[in-house]
Amino acid sequence: MDLFASLGDGFAVALTWQNLALALLGCFLGTVMGALPGLGPSNGVAILIPLAFTMGLGPTPALILLTSVYYGAMYGGRISSILLNIPGDEPAMMTCLDGHPMARKGMAGEALALSGIASFVGAFFATWGLALLAPQLVKIALLFGPAEYFALFALAFMTLGGVSSTNQAKAAFAAALGLGLATIGVDTQTGVPRFTFGEVHLYDGLDFLVAIVGLFALSEVFIFLEHRHGGSDAAGKKMEIGRLTPPMSMLKACTPTMLRTSVLGFIAGVLPGAGASLGSFISYTMEKRLVDKEGTFGTGDPRGVAAPEAGNNAAAGGALVPMLALGVPGSGTTAVLLAVLLALNITPGPLLFTQNPDVVWGLIAALFIANFMLLALNIPMVGLFTRLLLIPSRVLMPIVAMVSFVGIYGISGSSFDLLVMIGFGVMGWVLRKFDVPLVPIILGTLLGNSMENNLRRAVTIDNGNWWTLVDSPLALTLWGIAIVGFILPLFFGARVKAGMRARRDEEGSISD
Amino acid sequence: MSDRIFGVFGILLAIGYVFAAFAIEESFLSDAVGPKAFPLIIATVLGLSGAAIALRPDPEPAWPALGRLAEIAAAAVVMILYAELLPVIGFVIATAFAAAYLAWRLGSSLLEAAAVGIGTSVGIYTIFHLVLGLSLARGPLGF
Repeated sequence: MDLFASLGDGFAVALTWQNLALALLGCFLGTVMGALPGLGPSNGVAILIPLAFTMGLGPTPALILLTSVYYGAMYGGRISSILLNIPGDEPAMMTCLDGHPMARKGMAGEALALSGIASFVGAFFATWGLALLAPQLVKIALLFGPAEYFALFALAFMTLGGVSSTNQAKAAFAAALGLGLATIGVDTQTGVPRFTFGEVHLYDGLDFLVAIVGLFALSEVFIFLEHRHGGSDAAGKKMEIGRLTPPMSMLKACTPTMLRTSVLGFIAGVLPGAGASLGSFISYTMEKRLVDKEGTFGTGDPRGVAAPEAGNNAAAGGALVPMLALGVPGSGTTAVLLAVLLALNITPGPLLFTQNPDVVWGLIAALFIANFMLLALNIPMVGLFTRLLLIPSRVLMPIVAMVSFVGIYGISGSSFDLLVMIGFGVMGWVLRKFDVPLVPIILGTLLGNSMENNLRRAVTIDNGNWWTLVDSPLALTLWGIAIVGFILPLFFGARVKAGMRARRDEEGSISD
Repeated sequence: MSDRIFGVFGILLAIGYVFAAFAIEESFLSDAVGPKAFPLIIATVLGLSGAAIALRPDPEPAWPALGRLAEIAAAAVVMILYAELLPVIGFVIATAFAAAYLAWRLGSSLLEAAAVGIGTSVGIYTIFHLVLGLSLARGPLGF
């Protein structure tokens, strides 16, 4: 009953005019960003962070705005997948497989409506999952000491590479690079400057928001410049939508699929290192094995549209569980959301649930509300979003770049930060060329300090004995999972990744 | 080949990082671990992964032609100029030029580029400065 009391409090927080308006704004912007190729959940949320700060929002409203964007982007990605066969963001790539053939058969409207409903089912179940599972995970997390936290961070980094990259060495490189960047600045424990090379601007360390916006948003602009991809993918294509109500029989046929893939997607989301892209991928693959008896998947089977959409939205909700309960995000976008929390001086993890229950439950309640808003936005008003697909990227990308600059300048008012951001943008472009995943870098810059502090605290408490790190069964378990999570993909990962790779483009490095 | 160079670069980066870590001046009041240990652990991971990349390279990435590289370099230079000139000439003018440049390089006609530049700049100024009250760089003209 605790749950309902907490949820009730949460709805009391979420049901203010300001929070409702922010959720609606977030849902709208998120759907737009998800729909536009080139902007996805992680860089979409990244460029909106400064906006949340400028508006002087408190932690709860800021989180409501940005997670609504996150949920919205998961809905929006399907629109261009179905109409244009181009995934609007990475998790939507599996939706192309059956969504676009449906559209070609003249059933675009049905596909859009069905995928909207599937998204709703997935996200709705995942939000319940979040409300039920996160408090349980918090109970375990309360048993964690510094050594266990250190092991947990190591686990996050070691498993992150497993799915997000084809090359474990490159994922490890990215994580080390991010952690290394985090050590720049004055050492929090002893007060000595490290790796600052006498530059006063670096004493505070690198601002992770600058790194995120540079790596995610500016590098995208460089990718577009490289290909001189200035047109709109939708130009010249006919986008007939047709009727927007799927027949009852179609919905009925898809219901078991949606329920199964919601569960599967949620689990995929909770697991570290997986995220929404994997959620939609395994959902589609599993459904294909289970129900595709006549070989209709890939030719416009409605179940092939429902499966990945329910899966990716459920995974998006699932990925919030470790981020909120442990403070360790498992995917790109949740890493960006963690950055928001850290920048607002809120440390996620077990203490968040006891000290700021209003933030957690307000957020969860807002997600329930946002979900209904998204359903309303995405079915009757889908025509509006399809028209936005006509915006050519030669207009869109300059706006993205300038909003990024304004946001960072608005926070710090310093040209130095802008230069650092440009540096990160170029670095992001180069690393994406080398197929180095960017998410571990972000996670490294975010978690580096607290990882180091936990390490030092653990060893100091035990009088300099380093074996304390593997001294408790809990820590040993975490290390065990971490090592398995790192080694397993070396053997089994190739197949899963080959399947995912078949459909991905350069958006791959910013997976979520 | 690219990956081999990249891997070697990673190893060199790790070595440089180790040197910089040893150069950290320890304070007389230090904990049992000290400020150097964690960076050294990271340098080890960095070096090992660099070596792994160099020894088992992936297939060559698709590098763009020289002209495209110049394009990216030019865009980076324009952005750096933008960052440096922002406090000097003010937000609206600087942004209009930078956005127009990007739009032009992405294939807009000159007229469209100018429209995108002015539109972006005035639009952002209106939303972020006039509506949301964010303080943007002020130029000699007051905007």
